[in-house]
Amino acid sequence: MSTATADVVDVETPQRKSRQHHRPITPAVVIIQIFMAIASVAMALPFLWMFFSSFKPLGEIFMQPPKLLPMDWQPQNYTEAFDQASAGGVWWKSGFPRAFWNSFYIASVVTLGTLLTSAMAAYAFARIRFTGNGFWFMLFLATMMVPAQLTIIPLYIIMGQLHWVDTHLPLIVPPILFNAFGVFLLRQYVRGIPIELEEAAQIDGASRFRIFTGMILPLLRSPMVALGIFTFLGQWNNFFYPLIFLNSSETFTLPLLVNQFKGAYSSNWAGIMAASTITALPLLIVFIFAQRQIVEGIALSGSKT
Amino acid sequence: MTERPQPSGQVTGMPAGAADDVTEASVAVAGRRGAHGKDLMHEVEAGTTERHRASLRKKRRRDNMHGYIFMAPQLIGLLGFMIGPLVFAVILAFMKWDGFGSRQFVGFSNFKTVVTTEQFRQSAINTAWFTMLQVPTLMISAFIFAFLLQKTGRMKNFYRACFFAPQVTATVAVSVIWLWLLNPDISPLTGWLKAVGLVTPNWLQDPTFVIPAVVMVSVWQGLGYQVVMFMAGLENVPASMMEAAAIDGASEFQKMMRITIPLISPTILFLSITSIIGSFQVFDYIFVFFDTTAPSFGRTIVYEIVQTAFREFNFGVGAALALLLFLALLALTGLQLLAQKKWVFYTE
Repeated sequence: MSTATADVVDVETPQRKSRQHHRPITPAVVIIQIFMAIASVAMALPFLWMFFSSFKPLGEIFMQPPKLLPMDWQPQNYTEAFDQASAGGVWWKSGFPRAFWNSFYIASVVTLGTLLTSAMAAYAFARIRFTGNGFWFMLFLATMMVPAQLTIIPLYIIMGQLHWVDTHLPLIVPPILFNAFGVFLLRQYVRGIPIELEEAAQIDGASRFRIFTGMILPLLRSPMVALGIFTFLGQWNNFFYPLIFLNSSETFTLPLLVNQFKGAYSSNWAGIMAASTITALPLLIVFIFAQRQIVEGIALSGSKT
Repeated sequence: MTERPQPSGQVTGMPAGAADDVTEASVAVAGRRGAHGKDLMHEVEAGTTERHRASLRKKRRRDNMHGYIFMAPQLIGLLGFMIGPLVFAVILAFMKWDGFGSRQFVGFSNFKTVVTTEQFRQSAINTAWFTMLQVPTLMISAFIFAFLLQKTGRMKNFYRACFFAPQVTATVAVSVIWLWLLNPDISPLTGWLKAVGLVTPNWLQDPTFVIPAVVMVSVWQGLGYQVVMFMAGLENVPASMMEAAAIDGASEFQKMMRITIPLISPTILFLSITSIIGSFQVFDYIFVFFDTTAPSFGRTIVYEIVQTAFREFNFGVGAALALLLFLALLALTGLQLLAQKKWVFYTE
């Protein structure tokens, strides 16, 4: 067995080296490259279509055969969509700017809040031997199976009792105070921090709270960045909860407003595409710059869970 | 690991609380590894005096206090926004209530309504059909793309970004784009397909094509996540193993079936569990496509839950539907976890 392995290593090493230096361009590689290039363009095409159509005059939008690029660029599609969505109000107080702000601040507050509470619970689960640690942890894990649709009806009734329906509180408070996935993910990372560090700090007289804020939180930086990105993405794109809890258009988040706009101006495709561009583009830009972090964070969280 | 620190003689004469402390500490010593355990062991070995036992008790009380302080926000959330509503939902499923008038226990009548309503049955079939089409399409195509992406060298990041972009986009924006692309009267696809001699179906109006159309959109949006997960799995397949197999004369197909797939089987299981759960909850696309007037052949279980609970304010039947959905998901996940012994291969 060991000789066989040695053989493999001996035979393979030079070959692998040469392969790394100049990867041979075989027909298979060329075919794969062409195929993946076509597939990637096909994946990106709907976005390009959305983006360029949002600048087209209506006449060009329905043109057959279709052209991707507008011949006559019309940025005023955006201002018109703004005016229509604000229904006669001051444009920056209602409609899209308002919805943009609603989405932005809800997603930001939830992200910051849930990061803090998840890290706290993760630290407790990983490092503090309190009565019920195992029990509560199992309960957290078990709830990951529960579909949102099962709890949404009671939540709606509870929020009604609290007079929170049609405010942003049902979208902010529950996700800050409960994030089983976040707790679980961060707990895995806290367990990876050497306990000796914490003991040394304890001997130096640091309290638990000092250790948490001064040592654990800084060491959790990268998983918290990843979790923060997922949370922000999820909140920004969330449709189900806002749909249930919000009724009046000044409380709407972007996805809700886009959906409403689509219903109200169903033939104004340029405006609808402008609306979806406003929703999609900010995150696409963030994604282009933070691609590595997002993609690796996702792969990592998958392997940790 | 180490000998248990002199339990019996000490414990008998002690007050109950102290005995608890020692047994728990010794369990900790026996059960835990690392410095934390060692630390406790020292305490126990020296802890024959009353003073040490008192300090142990104090530490335990302090740990409990600290634990629950750190847990407090999430614990409140767990009880108030998950366990509470969950119990409430189960109770609601056996009640007749519109949220305002009197509540009334009706036994299994809500479940009877769910099972006997023709449209609910149709929606359940639609949902199952969606899952049967979507999950295999998504997983197989994601695996193929991930496998090919590995061989693209420097272009890998660019391709991956293209595949992942729909994942970071709001489902509403995605649905709105596709609402256009799926409308044969105005879709640019019509012209392109006609050019190659194909007729575009009226995707969202033709009963046969609604579910496949939603499958197409959801695969387009969901592909990036699965590609990334499969790529992470494939990167963990040791190159030495593949090279050894190649030297033994294994074909590409044999390497795939005998090495790659067994080694990434945990990833396959994880994705299959999560994507079945996700596909059973399909809702956003359909709601954006059809608003509140989805045709019978395009409605899904979650669409029915939303309509029943929040349009008709029939909370009882809505909760019964949601409870049945949950039980179906539990059963499907349980089955997959049971079946994993037969095919999932863990290296550790």
